[in-house]
Amino acid sequence: MDIPASLRYARTHEWTSELEADVVTVGITDFAQDQLGDVVFVELPEEGARVAAGDALAVVESVKTASDIYAPVAGTVKAVNTELEAAPEKINEEPYGGGWLFRIEPDDPADRDTLLDADAYRVVCEEES
Amino acid sequence: MPTVPLDAVHEAAGARMTTFAGTRMPLQYAGIQEEHLAVREHAGLFDVSHMAELRIDGPDALAFLRYALLNDAKKLRVGRSHYTMVPNDHGGLVDDAYLYRLDDADWLLVANAANRHAVADRLQAVATAFEDVQVRDVSDAWALLALQGPAAASLLDRHVAADLTDLRKNDTRATTFHGAAVRLARTGYTGEDGFEIFVPPADVATVWHALIGDGVAPCGLGARDTLRLEAGFPLYGHELDGEHDPRCTPFAWVVKDKPFAGDDGWPSAPPCGRRLVGVRLDERGIAREGYAVRRPGGGAAGTVTSGTLSPLTRDAILFAWVDADLATTGTPLEVDVRGRAVPATVVDLPFFAPER
Repeated sequence: MDIPASLRYARTHEWTSELEADVVTVGITDFAQDQLGDVVFVELPEEGARVAAGDALAVVESVKTASDIYAPVAGTVKAVNTELEAAPEKINEEPYGGGWLFRIEPDDPADRDTLLDADAYRVVCEEES
Repeated sequence: MPTVPLDAVHEAAGARMTTFAGTRMPLQYAGIQEEHLAVREHAGLFDVSHMAELRIDGPDALAFLRYALLNDAKKLRVGRSHYTMVPNDHGGLVDDAYLYRLDDADWLLVANAANRHAVADRLQAVATAFEDVQVRDVSDAWALLALQGPAAASLLDRHVAADLTDLRKNDTRATTFHGAAVRLARTGYTGEDGFEIFVPPADVATVWHALIGDGVAPCGLGARDTLRLEAGFPLYGHELDGEHDPRCTPFAWVVKDKPFAGDDGWPSAPPCGRRLVGVRLDERGIAREGYAVRRPGGGAAGTVTSGTLSPLTRDAILFAWVDADLATTGTPLEVDVRGRAVPATVVDLPFFAPER
């Protein structure tokens, strides 16, 4: 199971990148994509949407189930990965790369520090597997 | 937790396991879509040893089965099988099942694992009115594998003594698989050609490894579900249950015009306020069990019973109960996909049929 040390994590299995050009990138973890199985459909938020931490912001659907994706920090949606509409399987293939979901400009960049680090997230995964 | 005889084989092969009907079962191996497509294009092998097997024998077996089940067992000659249903006392089903005639007075009924005891209890209760018939639960005496796909016959042929060219669809025959006693049935739950292989638990690994060694894709319950849905087959607990009259479904043909156990509690003609139909979404999205169906721009008109994205056609397909006036092929509907009204259309079943 791949859990990059440079990222921060939510208990609900979203990863959040470091702040870069005022935005953080968000996707689902390797553990999450593996649990979901083949991703076949993604519903993405609107650019410009205002979100609170914990808002259901996107939906990732596998063959078996639909899974809500929550905003890890409060802020404004600045970009969404529209390539996933035609190629949702990128979430399985590159969960930390081409499978990213959306970018948020955080209201408070320090919010990211309240998320789990890789070691703490590994414990969450072990509890659930 | 109960396991199938091949449990350790599935674990060692890296299958993702799940609990289904109280038994630990493989959910997927390589992935549901890859397994699904392997079955449509070549062949896949499913371990369905959790299924329930009941043996019915005795001089009164035929009369008993004609009364206990909704399809007419009289239609089955020795070595033949058909789809049937177990009625309850109030216009619904205890289960759906497959009935095999092994000999004149010797029959096998394969039922859903979740309903194993309900079916056994029901049949044993009905049997008390017959003089000479025995109903025995022999589930633990049989493992069951399903080899499914266009290459199934050519793959199986080299391993079994029987000549498969004269084993036609719905035929069943006892034979040997590299010396192990097995029973083959040219049946399945995928819409493809294929065989179900009844084998004693002690020999099931031999059969499994021989076929997997030939390049057959190991498949789990996930692909079994998407394949049956694409092929337009119902799953008890979803499309069929204890409350809905099967005569209001596309599977009404099973219910033959004859007396049956429980018919006092069935209306002679079902009201069918709603009917079970196949539906396809006209726009992107996936409908899931429990989602609401509505009239276009209007009020509640039904409920989704199963739904998925067809791995083959990439259409969102589903079964739903809908108001009877909306049940005609081509009728526009809406499905509430998490708050979004997605246009949909009633379509003919199956959603997909392989070219023969």
